[in-house]
Amino acid sequence: MYGIGIVRGLGVTLKHFIETYIDDIRWLGRRYYNPEALAIRQGPKARGAFTVQYPEERLVTPEEFRYIPFLLYEEGEDGTQQDRCTSCGICAKVCPPQCIWIVRSNDPQTGRPIPEPAEFFIDIDICMNCGLCAEFCPFDAIKMDHDFELSAYDRLSAHIYNKEKLSKPVSYYASIRPSNYNREEAARAAKEAAKAAKRES
Amino acid sequence: MEEQRPDPTEMALPEQTIPSDELETRFQGGVRRDDRDGYEGYVVDTGKLVEFATTLRDEMGYDYLSSVTGVDYLPEAQMEVVYHAYRTSGGPALVFKVQAPRQDPIVVPTLTGVYRGADFQEREIWDLYGIRFSGHPDLRRILMWEGFEGHPMRRDYRETYFEEEGKPFKNRWPEGAVYRIEDKQPFNKNVRYPADFTPDGWVPEGDAALYAGMMKVGPDGNGNGRGLGTEQIIVNLGPQHPSTHGVFRVVVTLEGETIVDLKPVMGYLHRNHEKIGERNTYLMNIPFTDRLDYICSMSNNLGYVLAVEKLMGIRPPERAEYIRVMMVELTRIANHLWATGFLLNDLGAFFTPALYAINERELILDVFEATSGSRMMCNYMRFGGVARDLPQGILETVRELVFERLPRRVDELDAYLTGNEIVRSRGIGVGVLTAQQALDYSAAGPVLRASGVAYDVRRADPYSIYDRLDFDVAVRYNGDVYDRYLIRLDEIRQSLRILRQVIDGMPEGEIQTGKPVYQVRVPAGEAYGRVENPKGELGFYVVSNGKPNPWRYHVRAPSFINLTAMGLMCVGQKVADVVAILGSIDIVLGETDR
Repeated sequence: MYGIGIVRGLGVTLKHFIETYIDDIRWLGRRYYNPEALAIRQGPKARGAFTVQYPEERLVTPEEFRYIPFLLYEEGEDGTQQDRCTSCGICAKVCPPQCIWIVRSNDPQTGRPIPEPAEFFIDIDICMNCGLCAEFCPFDAIKMDHDFELSAYDRLSAHIYNKEKLSKPVSYYASIRPSNYNREEAARAAKEAAKAAKRES
Repeated sequence: MEEQRPDPTEMALPEQTIPSDELETRFQGGVRRDDRDGYEGYVVDTGKLVEFATTLRDEMGYDYLSSVTGVDYLPEAQMEVVYHAYRTSGGPALVFKVQAPRQDPIVVPTLTGVYRGADFQEREIWDLYGIRFSGHPDLRRILMWEGFEGHPMRRDYRETYFEEEGKPFKNRWPEGAVYRIEDKQPFNKNVRYPADFTPDGWVPEGDAALYAGMMKVGPDGNGNGRGLGTEQIIVNLGPQHPSTHGVFRVVVTLEGETIVDLKPVMGYLHRNHEKIGERNTYLMNIPFTDRLDYICSMSNNLGYVLAVEKLMGIRPPERAEYIRVMMVELTRIANHLWATGFLLNDLGAFFTPALYAINERELILDVFEATSGSRMMCNYMRFGGVARDLPQGILETVRELVFERLPRRVDELDAYLTGNEIVRSRGIGVGVLTAQQALDYSAAGPVLRASGVAYDVRRADPYSIYDRLDFDVAVRYNGDVYDRYLIRLDEIRQSLRILRQVIDGMPEGEIQTGKPVYQVRVPAGEAYGRVENPKGELGFYVVSNGKPNPWRYHVRAPSFINLTAMGLMCVGQKVADVVAILGSIDIVLGETDR
C-alpha cells in the first residue's frame, strides 16, 4: 500500500521523540546541569536529544583539544617568572600560516643574543590552530590552550597577542593537560638524571 | 632516518604491465620514456597525443583518466601537462606527459574527445597556467573570475600577499617586526584589476558568452519549434542558495520545467590552495589539506602523506597503519552519514533525518577530537606515522561505536528512509548516469560505483594495509539518485566491517618511523598518491626538486571532477531535480574550488 514506508519512517521519529522523555524520567529531572548525566548523554550510550545547554552547561574538552597557543613560564617560590622559551625560533619556522613573530633579546653590554624572547607575538586572526608549534618545540615552552572563548570588541587592536597576554604558568598547563605534563616531566627528570650520572662518572 | 629506510627492492612499484618498448616502437619517435631522475611514464609529442590516448583507451584498457594537471618548469622554460590513466580492472597508473615551450601562446591538443573527464581539468589548467587546449569545447576560466589578469599558478606569478618565494619567511625571527597584513594591503587594494577596469562599466563577458552558448536558439527564434509557444529561459541557481551546499552556482536553460542544458559555475571559494601549497614546506601542507574537504580531513591527510612518503621512500610502522585506516574509515562513515542526511534535506525532509545522521557523526568527531585535538581540522597524519598515539580509553569508545551503536543506527536510518515513497519517487530513475558515461566523465567514488563500475582504489591499487583487509566493494547498477543514496549505506556497512578487523588486530608498538622532524628531506622526483576518499578518488601530485618547498603540489579533487558529469545527469530532468542530483553527487566546496 502506498504510504506504508512513510508511516514506518514516522515510527522512527516517534521512537526518538519518546526516548528523550524516557531518558528524562530515568534521570528524574536531573538530565541537564549534571556532569554525570552529561557524560552519558554525549557518549556512545546516549539516547534521545543530544543537546547541551551552553553556556550554563559545557562539553568536557578532551586533553588533546587544541586552540590558540600560549607560552609557559616557571614560577619561582618568590614570585619570579622564568620563561621556558629560549627564542630559538623553531615555532616561527614550522608555523604554516607564519603567524608567530619573535624578537630575540640581546645582552645590553656585549650585544650577544641571550636565550630569552624580548617579545613574542601571535596573530590569532591568522593562527590555524594546527598545533605544530607545540609539537616541535624542543623546550616544551609553547603549548596549545583549551580556552576557546576569545571574542573581543575590536579585532584591529586586540587580535595580536603579545608575550604578556600569551604567558601562562606551568601549573595551568599541568591542570589542562595532566597526562602530557606528567610524561614530559618524567622525560625531563630522566634526562637530568642521565646528565648528572655522566657528570659524576 | 637513513638507517630506517627500507630496502629499495621491497619498495619498488609494481611492474608496468605493458611490454617495455611496445609504445615507443609503435609511435616511432613520437613517444619516449621519461628518463628524468625520479620520474616515470612517457613523454608524448603534442602531435601524437590524441592518437596515443585513443590507443591507451581502446587497445590497452586504460579506460579511466584520473588526473590531468599542469606543471611549470620555469628553469627549463617548459610547460608540461601530466596525465594519469588507470585500468578499471586494477593496477598502477600509466603516466604520460606532453611538453611545450614556455612561450605564449602555449597550445596542447585537448583530450576531451577521448576522455570527457578531462573537460574541467583542462579548463582549470588554462585558467591557472595559461595553457590553451585546442579543440576544447568550452575553454573558459573556471576558478578565477573572467576579468582576472594573469595565470596564478605560474611560478613567476606573485600573489597580492606575496612575501617570499617560500616559507619560512625571514622576518619572523629573530627580529620579528610584527604587522597586520591588512595594514600593508588594505581592503580594496588587495585585488589587482586589469588596466581599464571600472566596476560600473564592466560587462561580464564570460557570463554573457556562457548565457549565449546555453541559449540554443534555432533559426526560427526562441521556442522548440514543435508548435508549443514555450520559450527557453536561463535560470541561475546560486551562488547564494541553501541547497547548493555552499557558494556554488548552476546555470540552467529551461524549457518549461525541463532542463535543456546545465553548466556548473564555481570558484567562489577559490583561494589557490595549490599556490599556498607551493609556498609551504612539505610539513606545513598537512594542516592545509584539512581545509580541502573539511568533512573528511583525516583522509585528506592520508592522501597527501602517502604521496610524500612515496617520494621519500618510507613507510609508517604497523600500528600507525592501523590507526590511519581506523581514522579514515571512521571518516567515511561520518561523511556518508552527513551526505545521506543532507540529501534528504535537499529532498525536502527538513533536518529531521539530517540531525539523526549528524548525531552519530558527532560521536565519531568526538573520537577525532580526543585523538587529534580537533573535531574537523585534524592535522593528524605525519610523514612516516601519525602525530600522537591514541589516548587512553578511546579504543573502547570506538569499539562500542563500531560493534554496538553504529550498526543499529545505520539499520535504523535504512528502515527510516529506504522504503519512504517520497524518497523513492524522487530518486528512482532521476539523474541517471550509465557505467560507460561515468567512466568517460572520470566520475569517482560512490557516483562511479552506483553506476555499476566496481572501481575502488582500496581494491584496485591498494595502499596502506587494505590488501590485508576483508571487505567488499559496494556496487549498485542503476546509476540514479536512489542508488547513490543506497550505496552510501552499503559503504558504511563495509567500513564497519573493516573497522571490526582493524580494532581487533590493532598492534602495539611505535607510531612513527624515525624521529619526527619539521624539515623533511624529499628527494627530487614526482609522485602521485591517491586514496579512496569518501567522495571519490583523491589524488595528490607532488613534484620535488630537492628543496624544502614542493615545486608542484596538485590536488585531484573528487568533488570538482564529479561535477563534470552533472550536466549530463540533469538534462531532460525537471528543474526541481537539480537539487536532488547535486545532493546525491555530494560535493564540498572547499575541495571543489580549492
